[in-house]
Amino acid sequence: MLEVRGLSAWYGQAQALRDVGFDVREGELITLVGRNGAGKSTTLRCLMGLHRHMEGRVTLDGRDLAALPPHKRARAGLGYVPDDRGIYASLTVEENLLLPPQIGPTRWPLDRVYRAFPVLRERRAHSGAKLSGGEQQALSIARALRMGARVLLLDEPTEGLAPVLVRQLREMLLDAKREGLTMLLVEQNLRFATAVADRHYLLAQGTIVETLDATEIVARESELLRHLGV
Amino acid sequence: MDLGYLSVLLFNGLVNGAFYALLSLGLAIIFGVMRVVNFAHGAFYMLGAFAAYLLLQQAGIPFWPALLIAPLAVGLGGAVCERLLLRRLYTLDPLYSFLLTFGLTIFIQDAMRLRFGIQGQPYPLPGELASSVSLGLVSYPAYRLFVIAFSLAVCVAVWYVIERTRLGMVVRAATERTELTRALGIDVDRWITGVFAFGIALAALAGVLAAPMRNVSPLMGSELIILTFAVVVIGGLGSIAGAVAAGFLAGLLASVGAIFDPAIENVIVFALMAVILLVRPAGLFGSQEAA
Repeated sequence: MLEVRGLSAWYGQAQALRDVGFDVREGELITLVGRNGAGKSTTLRCLMGLHRHMEGRVTLDGRDLAALPPHKRARAGLGYVPDDRGIYASLTVEENLLLPPQIGPTRWPLDRVYRAFPVLRERRAHSGAKLSGGEQQALSIARALRMGARVLLLDEPTEGLAPVLVRQLREMLLDAKREGLTMLLVEQNLRFATAVADRHYLLAQGTIVETLDATEIVARESELLRHLGV
Repeated sequence: MDLGYLSVLLFNGLVNGAFYALLSLGLAIIFGVMRVVNFAHGAFYMLGAFAAYLLLQQAGIPFWPALLIAPLAVGLGGAVCERLLLRRLYTLDPLYSFLLTFGLTIFIQDAMRLRFGIQGQPYPLPGELASSVSLGLVSYPAYRLFVIAFSLAVCVAVWYVIERTRLGMVVRAATERTELTRALGIDVDRWITGVFAFGIALAALAGVLAAPMRNVSPLMGSELIILTFAVVVIGGLGSIAGAVAAGFLAGLLASVGAIFDPAIENVIVFALMAVILLVRPAGLFGSQEAA
């Protein structure tokens, strides 16, 4: 479904990504794991068209996205959940949900969003800035689901969340996966990644150094934790 | 001090404030969405006044239709400037667009000066508002009261559009986080020409309102624009409510200051700006991160 080939990216003279390639098939949840600065967020920014200084091929269902501006990539089906959650303080919670256009056939009506996330209904008239970290994360994911995104790009959703919220998030992602949603998760939290993903790409210094399936990662957990420096 | 004199001063302050508010509102909207500091705002204000003047002189079109036609025409000119000139600079340092609008100002001003001379041209008060209205203690020119009420109504209407409509929601989102808004599927660039044209139309509207009060002259905008920048800073860069509130506040304070010495009227606005920058660098209504 989503294919990335030969992706390289630069910040000025410094190369941040080197020939990165991976696949996300329909209905899969895969993770990019790696240390801080390994190039995980840059990869997602390249996929969204937010990082311009790049080369390589990104296709979604065979359609080349490379020449498309960010808004067209979103409309093609990429749902971006950025690392800072991307909540607008000048918009209410409901406006945050209503802002993006609804694109895919899998789009969620607003009342379904509110059934799945009752806290957002309670706070619908509040400013986005008034939400707690967990609520902001829920809002950010709910926004992408309402759009009807076909592939969710999640940038470290567990960061800064209390353990109980991380568990809720895990259930939320597993539910979404059961419904057939495709997800690409960028994560430093290996335990979380292990619990949800079908496959893992290990990213180090801007390159993919290993591809592991769900069983391999369990067997090699301690080695990988060392690798991640956790 | 006599209360009548004070109330006249306060009304004068509101009139000046109305102009600051309309101009800084346009600047704030343009800056918010485009991150362009539009130095040419004063020149477009002047073009608004000249448009009204020429409509009357050349076509016999009076004030009321001009109040609609001139902002539309100048706004259209703004859209052309955005498409032909500003658009080429978005990928560069914001300083370039500032320099471009600075150059545009000089070009527009000198072109008008070449054609109409430096001398101000008078513009008649609309007949319906040529009288004075008694406000109990004093009587005050009806036209000036109209300027206050009309500007307030325009500010409220703009506020409504921005706070309560889908169009406004997109403008607020793009103002707060342009890149993210793109990544959420919104074609921000498509809105940009419209936003610029709208901000320019507001400046031109202020120009038409100014024509019957001040002489229509090529330099009328350059005197006002510097003060307006101070007002925008006071309100908070890119803050729409801040621009309006700071506009009226600056107008009132300046005219109260004029009680003591008319010469310090403008100084007060800059002093206020300095104090705000010291105490609240993001401005009255600006978010702290924006500072």
